[in-house]
This record gives sequence, structure tokens and C-alpha cells, in this order.
Amino acid sequence: MNDLFLQLTVAILIGIGAGYLGSFMVLRRMSLVGDALSHVALPGIALALVWNFNPFLGAFTALFIAVLGIWALERKTELPSETLVGIFFTISLAVGLLLTPEPELLEVLFGDISTINRTDLLITAVSVMAIIAILSFIKRSLTISTLSKDLAKSMNIPVNKINFVFLLMVSLMVALGLKVAGTLLMGSLVIIPAAAAKNISLSASKYIYLSALFGALSSIGGIFTAVFISIPAGPAIVLASGLIFLITLALRTQKV
Amino acid sequence: MKEIILDVQNLSVSFDDNKIIDNLSFSVRKGEVIAIVGPNGAGKSVLFRSLMGLIPHLGKVIWTPKLKISYIPQKFGVEKDFPITVKEFLQLKSKDHAKMMSALESVGLKTKSNDYDKHHIEHHLLKQRMGWLSGGQLQRILIAWALLDNPDVLLFDEPTAGIDIGGEETIYNLLKKLNDEMSLTVLVISHDLNIVYKYANNVLCLNKEKICFGPPKDVLDRQALIELYGGEAGFYAHKHKN
Repeated sequence: MNDLFLQLTVAILIGIGAGYLGSFMVLRRMSLVGDALSHVALPGIALALVWNFNPFLGAFTALFIAVLGIWALERKTELPSETLVGIFFTISLAVGLLLTPEPELLEVLFGDISTINRTDLLITAVSVMAIIAILSFIKRSLTISTLSKDLAKSMNIPVNKINFVFLLMVSLMVALGLKVAGTLLMGSLVIIPAAAAKNISLSASKYIYLSALFGALSSIGGIFTAVFISIPAGPAIVLASGLIFLITLALRTQKV
Repeated sequence: MKEIILDVQNLSVSFDDNKIIDNLSFSVRKGEVIAIVGPNGAGKSVLFRSLMGLIPHLGKVIWTPKLKISYIPQKFGVEKDFPITVKEFLQLKSKDHAKMMSALESVGLKTKSNDYDKHHIEHHLLKQRMGWLSGGQLQRILIAWALLDNPDVLLFDEPTAGIDIGGEETIYNLLKKLNDEMSLTVLVISHDLNIVYKYANNVLCLNKEKICFGPPKDVLDRQALIELYGGEAGFYAHKHKN
């Protein structure tokens, strides 16, 4: 398979998955959590590199532990856990920076899609399809519990379980995207397409669909720009999504 | 007298050693309209949440088995920029279009009478973003949402928050109408005593503990109001020393 085609396919899949998932994260006011969460992957990847096991596994494990922490906090306090999340996540970034071997540091921080192989494509394709399928399955419960936890509970929706499954999907998606955008930028792949879609959508169905579409378009735009002017793909994808956001901001839906 | 469908005995709720509700007992009969009044922080919303079994409590809350209860929480609004249409919102509860139309009809949104109304509902209201509805429209849609699964009981926390006075009356008229027509039992938290006098069979005055319970004109006397809201006592009784 041609290198560019492989990169493009993986990036588009990541874009679609991150956009779809991000649409729920933005509505659940998890933008900041999502951004900071990707930093937690760093110590996981660092340990994987030092101990010589698969970095994806290391990242996913670290993210999963962090997500368990958020979940427990939310259950216990019902308060926004942003301060704690902010402190804990930046500390893990610091620890990760110290642990990561120097030669790999840049790739881990900003991603490097040029090193991607067919196994990565397979893992990405299967995981993204699973994430979208599972989220579609819990979409109704997720939406009601986003609108009001009490309302959801009064309708016998297992709010804590749904929340847990959702956070699990978040950690999987972030871990998948690290190859493309790295630990510093992955959060924005989840947040920006959704924020852009929100600007121009009246309905939930259009919003979710556009969010996934903008994710894919950012990836396409970013990869081609990266190839043509020889810059790293991760930042180029983030900038492409930023451009889409600015355009939608100008076209923002207004009440008629 | 109709059967008792909700019996609350010695209900107490505490958060971190703070007693929010203290030893509350009352009962509700089928088809009644019960208004719950009390100052801010009196435990009204907490009472609803414990009636719905959403928070831990001491004492007993006994509902008649197999009762369908619809609950609309406090400040349940949809943020202005939350992308969801009225139709999508109602579909979260039921995908049945005919049911949706009949629920809208019940809350006074005419869906059958003529083509103009029908067009308005189908093409304007249902496709409107939830966050852009006016306060009164939003409350109607919330009530329609609650009616979608044909409940026996409706628990509504502050139905008129954010609505002007004229609109308030309309929402209560609507709740009363639903109470008459569908023998829907309504428990409603309210801050407006005039409304309570006009519509409720019984009023529960709550300020951490039960201050009064019974038909409003019997139990809502000056003494109860002073106990409930405090303050006003001074207005009648105080004398200046100089």
C-alpha cells in the first residue's frame, strides 16, 4: 500500500472517530478534560518505551486509569472535577517528559503519522468502528443524562454505567489518535470539529454528523498540506480543523 | 375519598451531617393537586429527589405499585446553544409520531384543528432548537414530554421559573386541566401563594420540617406563613422605643 494512502486512511478514520466522540464530549462540558486527558498518555508511552512494550498499550492503560479516576471523582462529589483534573494531568505530563527517552520525545509529543504501518491501520479501523457502534447504541441514554442526570435516573437509565462506557471510549479514542497528533495535540482533534459543528447545527443529528465530517476533512486537509509543504502532519491537521472552526464561526446559526 | 397513592412516613434527608428534611410525613390521594411551598433552601427539590429515589434517605416513601411517575427536575432547561430540536427531544422518550402529536395537543398546541396550525407545529415548532423556545413554550414542551408515557403522577419542580406572570397562570391552568381530564395526580413546587390557593387541593408548607399540610384556605394562615417565611412578624408587631 502506498504510504500517503495509508496515512490518509488512518488519519481520516481517526478524524471521523474523534469527531463523532467529540460531539458528545463538548455537550458534556468535557472539552478541558479531553484536552488535559491526552497528556496522561505520556507517562504510559514513556514506560512502554523504557520497558519495551507496545506504546499504544501503555498509553491506553495510563488513559484508562485516569478515566477511572475521573469517574470515581464524579460519582463521589458530583462537582466539576476540573481543578483536580488540571493538577493531576499536568503532573503526569511533567513525569512523562522526564521519563520519555530523548530521541522519541518529539514524536510522542506531537505524533508522527509517517511511521504508521498496516497493523496500525487494522487496529484503528476496528477500534473506530467499535467506538461508533457502541456510542450509537448508548446515544439516547447519553443524551438524556447530558441534559439532566436526575431526569435520566428517574427514567431508570443506568447513568454511572453509561458514563463509564463513555469514558472508556474516550480513553480508547485518545490512545488511537496519539500516533497522528501526539499527546499535546490529540485533545484538539476531539474538541475542535465538534465545536465547529455546534456553530452551524440546529439539530442533534446534523451536529453529530457534521462533527465527524469536519474531523475527516481536517485530516484530509492536514495530511495534504503536510505533504506539500513538508511540515509534520499532526499540527497541520489541528490547524486545518482550526480553519474550519473559524469558517463556521462566521456562518454561525442565529435564531430566526 | 380516593385511594392513597403516596405515603411518606418520617422522611429525613441529610447531606454531610446537615439535616435538609426532618421527620416529614404526609400522604397524597389519587387525582389530587399538591403544592409544595417554602423558602429557598427549605428542602423542596430534595423532597422530590427523595420521592423519586434519587438520593439516600431515612424513613419510608411508599408509592402504590406499578404507578407511572413522570418527573421534571428543577432548572431543567436546555442551554441556548445545545443542538437539539423539539422533535428530537420528544423522540428521546417516544418515537411514536401519533403519540407525540397527541401529547402536544394535550398541552394546548393545536395539531389537528386546521392546516395552518398543523403546518406551524410540524414545520416551525418541532424543527425549532429547544434552547430557543420562550419560557412558556419550553414548559409546555416539558409537560408534553412528561405526558408521552401516559403517567399517573407528575412531579414538577418550579414549572414557572423564568416565565412572566401571565404565562404562569396559563401553565397552572394547563396542569389543572390535565388533572381534571386525565385524573393526573400533580405534585408541584411553587413559590406563588395565589396560584396555590387557586389550584391546589392540599398544600405542604416545608421548611426543613412540615409547617403545615392540608387545604390551602384552612392551613395557610398568618401563623403558618410567619413560621414558614419568618420576618413578616416584625411588620405587625414591632414598636418603636423612641
